[in-house]
Amino acid sequence: MVDLVWLIPALPLAGFLVLVVFGRKLGEPLAGWFATLMCGGAFVTAVIVFAGLFDKPEHDRRVQQILFEWLPVGSLKVQLGFLVDPLSITMVLFVTGVGTLIHLYSIGYMHGDPKFSKFFVYLNLFAFSMLMLVLGNNLVVTFLGWEGVGACSYFLISFWFSNEANASAGKKAFITNRVGDWGFMLAMFLAFSSVGTLTYFSNGTNAGLLDASTLGTISAYTATAIAALLFIGAVGKSAQLPLYIWLPDAMAGPTPVSALIHAATMVTSGVYLMTRVSPLLHTGYSWLPALIAVIGALTALFAATIAVAQNDIKKVLAYSTVSQLGYMFLAVGSGAYVAAIFHMVTHAFFKALLFLGAGSVIHGMHDEQDMRRMGGLRKYMPVTAVTFIIGWLAIAGIPPFAGFWSKDDILLAAWAHGGTALWKVLWFVGFVTALLTAYYMSRQVFMVFFGKERFETEGDHAVHPHESPATMLIPLVALASLSLLGGGLNLPFTNSIKFLDRWLTPVVEASQRSFDIAGATQTGLAIATAVFCAVAIVVAARVYLQHKLDPVEPEVLAHAWYVDETITSFAGGPGEEAFEKVAEFDRGIIDGAVNGVGELVRTGSSKLRLAQTGYVRNYALGIAVGAFILVGLFLGRAF
Amino acid sequence: MFAIAAVIIIAGAVGVVLSANPVHAALSLVATLFGVAVLFVAQHADFLAAVQVIVYAGAIVVLFLFVIMLLGVDRAEDLDTEPLVGQRPAAIAAGIAILAAVLTGFWLNNRDFGGVAIGARSVAGKLSDPAEENVAKLGRLLFTDYLFAFEITSVLLVIAVVAAVVLARRAAGRETLEGEATTDKQVEVVE
Amino acid sequence: MTLLADIHTTDTWYLVLGALLFTIGSVGLMVRRNPLVMFMCIELMLNAVNLTFVTFARSLDDVGGQVIVFFVLVVAAAEVVVGLGIIVALMRRRPGATADDVATLKG
Repeated sequence: MVDLVWLIPALPLAGFLVLVVFGRKLGEPLAGWFATLMCGGAFVTAVIVFAGLFDKPEHDRRVQQILFEWLPVGSLKVQLGFLVDPLSITMVLFVTGVGTLIHLYSIGYMHGDPKFSKFFVYLNLFAFSMLMLVLGNNLVVTFLGWEGVGACSYFLISFWFSNEANASAGKKAFITNRVGDWGFMLAMFLAFSSVGTLTYFSNGTNAGLLDASTLGTISAYTATAIAALLFIGAVGKSAQLPLYIWLPDAMAGPTPVSALIHAATMVTSGVYLMTRVSPLLHTGYSWLPALIAVIGALTALFAATIAVAQNDIKKVLAYSTVSQLGYMFLAVGSGAYVAAIFHMVTHAFFKALLFLGAGSVIHGMHDEQDMRRMGGLRKYMPVTAVTFIIGWLAIAGIPPFAGFWSKDDILLAAWAHGGTALWKVLWFVGFVTALLTAYYMSRQVFMVFFGKERFETEGDHAVHPHESPATMLIPLVALASLSLLGGGLNLPFTNSIKFLDRWLTPVVEASQRSFDIAGATQTGLAIATAVFCAVAIVVAARVYLQHKLDPVEPEVLAHAWYVDETITSFAGGPGEEAFEKVAEFDRGIIDGAVNGVGELVRTGSSKLRLAQTGYVRNYALGIAVGAFILVGLFLGRAF
Repeated sequence: MFAIAAVIIIAGAVGVVLSANPVHAALSLVATLFGVAVLFVAQHADFLAAVQVIVYAGAIVVLFLFVIMLLGVDRAEDLDTEPLVGQRPAAIAAGIAILAAVLTGFWLNNRDFGGVAIGARSVAGKLSDPAEENVAKLGRLLFTDYLFAFEITSVLLVIAVVAAVVLARRAAGRETLEGEATTDKQVEVVE
Repeated sequence: MTLLADIHTTDTWYLVLGALLFTIGSVGLMVRRNPLVMFMCIELMLNAVNLTFVTFARSLDDVGGQVIVFFVLVVAAAEVVVGLGIIVALMRRRPGATADDVATLKG
């Protein structure tokens, strides 16, 4: 049953190919249903493979399926193969599951769009790339998927590219990703040059990069370097400081895209990568995980502050995503890989839910995205409202919703790290971010669904909000239930119900940082966090619902700390000057050298041609001199 | 015997080089050729001496004189001026250089100007073999060991004759003798 | 006279004479402008070579040297034929031409 793993990426790939050729003919909504079917088929196959893996004994849960030898180059034999182990199958399950729901949702959301079938072409291609990324058994296949999702992200963000801003957003995403990809590539080069293999675990043909035996042979320096370079890639793909700038702009794409790519799947690939190479992190110097945690925590706080002052319904969620991703990296840095994956899964549930809900609102409000022109929508869109509220409670960290358990695991890992005082500081940063998260998400819910209706019902800009069709509501309900129950994956009460922890142990046990913490401290921290989050919700209610307090939305936060403006002025000003100089250097020196060689030949030859006088007697003289030299050579040998 | 022949040879050579009038030069050449023929005899190359006189002095120099008279180039050449800059000193220097090099070669082989020859002996056949005469020996070799070269050179002679005929004929209407303007048809068409 | 007859002329004298003749011919070739005279200088050089070969034929006791001379003679004859043909063709075009006037190969 595990052998069916090849089918998982094959189905979306087939969907992509069929839709490329026949998409327009199938048209709406058949193309959409077909794509959803492919993705759903992948999900079903994933469940079957999961069952097959689950059947195996705990220590034996790592299967590699090699399709063919892809790049045989000297001693390096890169294969196209799949690695099925608890970590990858977990990723596959929620990628295909959430993906199928979003495919379904898109049928309703993209209704009436002239490029309906093309949307599903890209969606299926994206699914294929993401699955290759997750299932790959070596860095090259992962990179294939990595680049594929980046490309699909570009396609999908600039889906409505007739608007200049959308096209720019797509470009921004792709270019920023590329900076990260550079790190990934360097990591591959370094891995190959130092270890000689790019495969994760040995499989008869190749040695394994992450096997304990291989890790024993490389120095801590090399391991740190490889992991750090891969982290650069992760920073780009998962929108951490300083490469997060593309994600808010990426909201220019259709909302299902935001939900799938920029909430649930693509942006989590960075976290997946770091978890996959956790043995490398463990072998390297300890400052690297600390750095990862610091960057994660800072990103979380930074993005949360910005989200407080955003008025676009999707921008709030975008910064929220950046912030939650920061949490995941905080977990990775703290050595709590299970917590990171747990939060990744729950985040996929509630963030996709929130995005789809926002999409439903936008759809119902006829493409209105400014929250200041919404309000009181729960009367018109009850299902959307209820599901959105569930998502809100989940992300705010209110028990018993999923977000509470996963966020708590992360904060606990930071608190109990036991290293320097840095970790307590990081815990505090995470704690403050949780409060801010609760605050801004509450703000969003109150502004959109409660309070006075701030939209016009008469006149030219009349809006008549309505509930969305069933194809859009079913995924909302499904995700809401998962957000409600998802915490059950890893409830911390006793070890026996820590399902995710036990499931992922074989993968991460070597690198998982274990800590002892008294049960009382654990409970105390959890309760404290929940209480303070509830307080934050109450404060938000007083500001935005009851209007008893003034809102605090400083300009600097609304402009995202002016980061984009700074970059633009730098690139336009000193940046451009510097590049002009480089171009000059290229023109003057390098081109000059090349042209100079030509000039040299020309001048030299024009001097040489003076020897061709045309006079026979001169030539005779030349022959005589040559004869003398020849005789001289012979004489010279005699001496 | 050698001394007289040598003097004649050198005198003739210098005469060729220094005579302003080409006819004088041709006559000096004849003197040199005769001197060389004498030396051939002294070196037991009887047949070659005869051939030298007949072919070289007899035919070739006569041919030279033919051409000189035909073309009317018996005007004296202006020997004082040298249009090419530095040609004369360079020529003399090169000549002396070659002479010095060759003489050095001789000296190296035999430090007291004794015997100089160091090559293989009697490869083709003994010159001093009394059984055969010089002519017969030469003839035998030409038609056995060196037959191929012999045939080639005869072909060469045929080619030379053909070449001479082709080179010296007049193309119709194109070339003229001195005095007439050359008609260049192509130029007329263009203009 | 007696003195002269007593001098033992070794082969080296002939070779030196040949070298000298060759030098005079080459200098003449480079100095003279009249094409016919230049040709005659070439003949001088060929004769010098012939003399050298014959000398070696005698000193090495090898008739092959004389065979070579034979061929040199033949080729020289052919060469003269062709060369004079060229000179005739040249002089017809431009009467009074010297070797310096044939400089169209100037690069």
